Amino acid sequence: MPFLEAVGRFVLALLEGFGRFCELLYRTLLGALRPPYDFRALLDQVVRVGVDSVPVVFLTTLFTGAVMALQTFNGFARFHAEAYVGSVVALSMLRELSPVLSGLMVTGRAGSAMAAELGTMRVTEQIDALVSLATDPVQYLFVPRVLAAIIVVPMLVVLGNAMGIGGGYLVAVKILGANPVIYVENTFQFLRMNDLWSGVIKAAFFGGLLSLIGCQRGFDTKGGAEGVGRSTTSAVVTGSLAILVSDFFLTKVLF
Amino acid sequence: MGGGGATGVPAVRLTDVSKAFGGKSVLSGLDLVVPVGTSLVVLGKSGMGKSVLLKHVIGLLRPDSGRVEVGGVDLWAVSARERDRIRRRFGMSFQEGALFDSMTVGENISFPLRRHTRMSPAEVRDRVAECLELVRLPGTEAKRPSDLSGGMRRRVGFARAIALKPEILLFDEPTTGLDPINTDALVRVIQHLRESLRPTAITITHDLKVAFSIADRVALLESGRIRIERSPAEFESSDDTSVRSFVRGDSSLDEEAVPLEVSR
Ligand SMILES: Nc1ncnc2c1ncn2[C@@H]1O[C@H](COP(=O)(O)OP(=O)(O)O)[C@@H](O)[C@H]1O
Ligand SMILES: [Mg+2]
Repeated sequence: MPFLEAVGRFVLALLEGFGRFCELLYRTLLGALRPPYDFRALLDQVVRVGVDSVPVVFLTTLFTGAVMALQTFNGFARFHAEAYVGSVVALSMLRELSPVLSGLMVTGRAGSAMAAELGTMRVTEQIDALVSLATDPVQYLFVPRVLAAIIVVPMLVVLGNAMGIGGGYLVAVKILGANPVIYVENTFQFLRMNDLWSGVIKAAFFGGLLSLIGCQRGFDTKGGAEGVGRSTTSAVVTGSLAILVSDFFLTKVLF
Repeated sequence: MGGGGATGVPAVRLTDVSKAFGGKSVLSGLDLVVPVGTSLVVLGKSGMGKSVLLKHVIGLLRPDSGRVEVGGVDLWAVSARERDRIRRRFGMSFQEGALFDSMTVGENISFPLRRHTRMSPAEVRDRVAECLELVRLPGTEAKRPSDLSGGMRRRVGFARAIALKPEILLFDEPTTGLDPINTDALVRVIQHLRESLRPTAITITHDLKVAFSIADRVALLESGRIRIERSPAEFESSDDTSVRSFVRGDSSLDEEAVPLEVSR
C-alpha cells in the first residue's frame, strides 16, 4: 500500500507540475502579445544568455565532433567505410548532438541562472514589489527570458554545428591522416537543408522549454536562501530531463 | 470614487477574510474598514500576520474566503488587468525594502513613473530627486541597492512607494531597525505626506511612538482578527488586556504568556 501511495503521489505531483507549466506558458504567451513590449529587456537577456553560454557550447561541441570522428573512424575502419566519417559526424551533429548538447549546456548556465535570479527576487519580495507596482511579473520577467532563449539557442546550435564539424575535421585530417579535400566533400555530400532545420527547430523548442522551466522554478521558490538553491538544482534537473524526453518526440515528428 | 469621508465608500474594506498557509490559519474572519483619508496603524506581535494582512489589501495574496474591496470594488471579482489598474492607486513599502537589485536607486524609484506615466525623462529625474530628498537621501540616484545599509534600503523603498503620489499608502514596518534620527525623519515624511496628499494610509509598526504620531485610528491584530480598533487616545487608555500588555511592553499581562492572569 505505501508503494501505491507513493506512486499515486508521484503521478499527482507530475500532473500538478505539468498544469503549472501550462498555466505559466499561457501567461507568458499572453504577456508576449500584449503591450508594453520591452525590447531593451529582450536585448539584455539575449546578450546575457549568449555570453553565458557561448564558451561552454563552443567547447562541448568542438570536443564532441572530435570524439565522434575518433570513434566512428575506429569503428568504420572495420568494414572499410572510413570515407563516411565526415558524413556521420556532420549528420549527427546537425540533427542531434548540437541541439541536445547546446540545450543541456544552456540549461546548466542560463536556465539555472534564471531560477536563481527569480528565486532571489521571490524570497526578497521583489516579485511582490513588482505586483504592487501594477506590473505583471510573468510578463516582465518571463517574456524577455523565454524569447531570448528561443532566439539564442538556435544561434548557438549553428555555432555548435560549425564547431562539431570543425572538431571532426581536425581529428580526421590532422590526427588520423584523412585527405582534407575528400573529407570536406564527404562531410557535405549527404547533408540536406532539412538536417539543419530540424536541429534549429529543436533548438528553438529546447530554448523555450529550458527557460520557461528555469523561470517557473525561480518564480515558485519557497523558503529563503535554501529554497533558491533547491529551485536552481531543480531547474537544471527538470530542464535537462525535459530536453531529453522531448527530443525523442520531436525527432519522431520532424524526422 | 472621490473622498466621501467616513460616510462614503471606504478606501479599503475587508470582510470576513480568512487565510491559511498549509493548514496553519493566519487570518480567520478578519473584518476591517478604512475610510478614505484615514491613517490606520496596525499593531500586533511578530508572526501575527500583519504583513499577510497588508498583502491582502493590495491583492498580493488572495483570501481563502471573504472579500477584499478597494473603493467598493471586489479585487477578486475583476480581471487581472483591472486589478493592476486598481493597484496603481497604491504605494506599498516592504519590510526589507524589496528594492530591485538589478537596478540603481534612481531606476528603482523611476520604475513606476516610466511604466505608468508619460512623464518626460527630465520630469522623471526631478520627481526621483524630489522623492529622495523627502527620505533624506539626496543625490544617491546612482548607488546600487547592495551598497546601501538596511535602513537606507527601506527609505529608498519608501521613496519608490510614493513616487506616483498614490491615494492609498501601505507601509510595512517603515521604521523598524532605523536609528532614532531616521525614524523621526521618516515619521515627519509620513506626516508631511498626510498633510499634502491626504492619502489613506495603513501602517504596520511595533513602535508605539510612531503609531501615535501618525495614526487617526489604531488597531490591534491578534489571533487572525482585529481585536480592537480605536482612536489613539482611546487605544492608549483602553483596559483591554492585550492592549495593556502591548502599550506597556509588559509580557505579564499577555494572555498567551500567562494564561491564568487575565484578571483585570
Ligand atoms: N507566502 C507564505 N507562505 C507560507 N506561510 C506564510 C507566507 N506568508 C506568511 N506566512 C506565515 O504567516 C504567518 C504570519 O506572517 P507575517 O504576516 O509575515 O507576520 P508579521 O505579523 O510578523 O508580519 C507566519 O507564521 C508566516 O510564516
Ligand atoms: Mg511582517
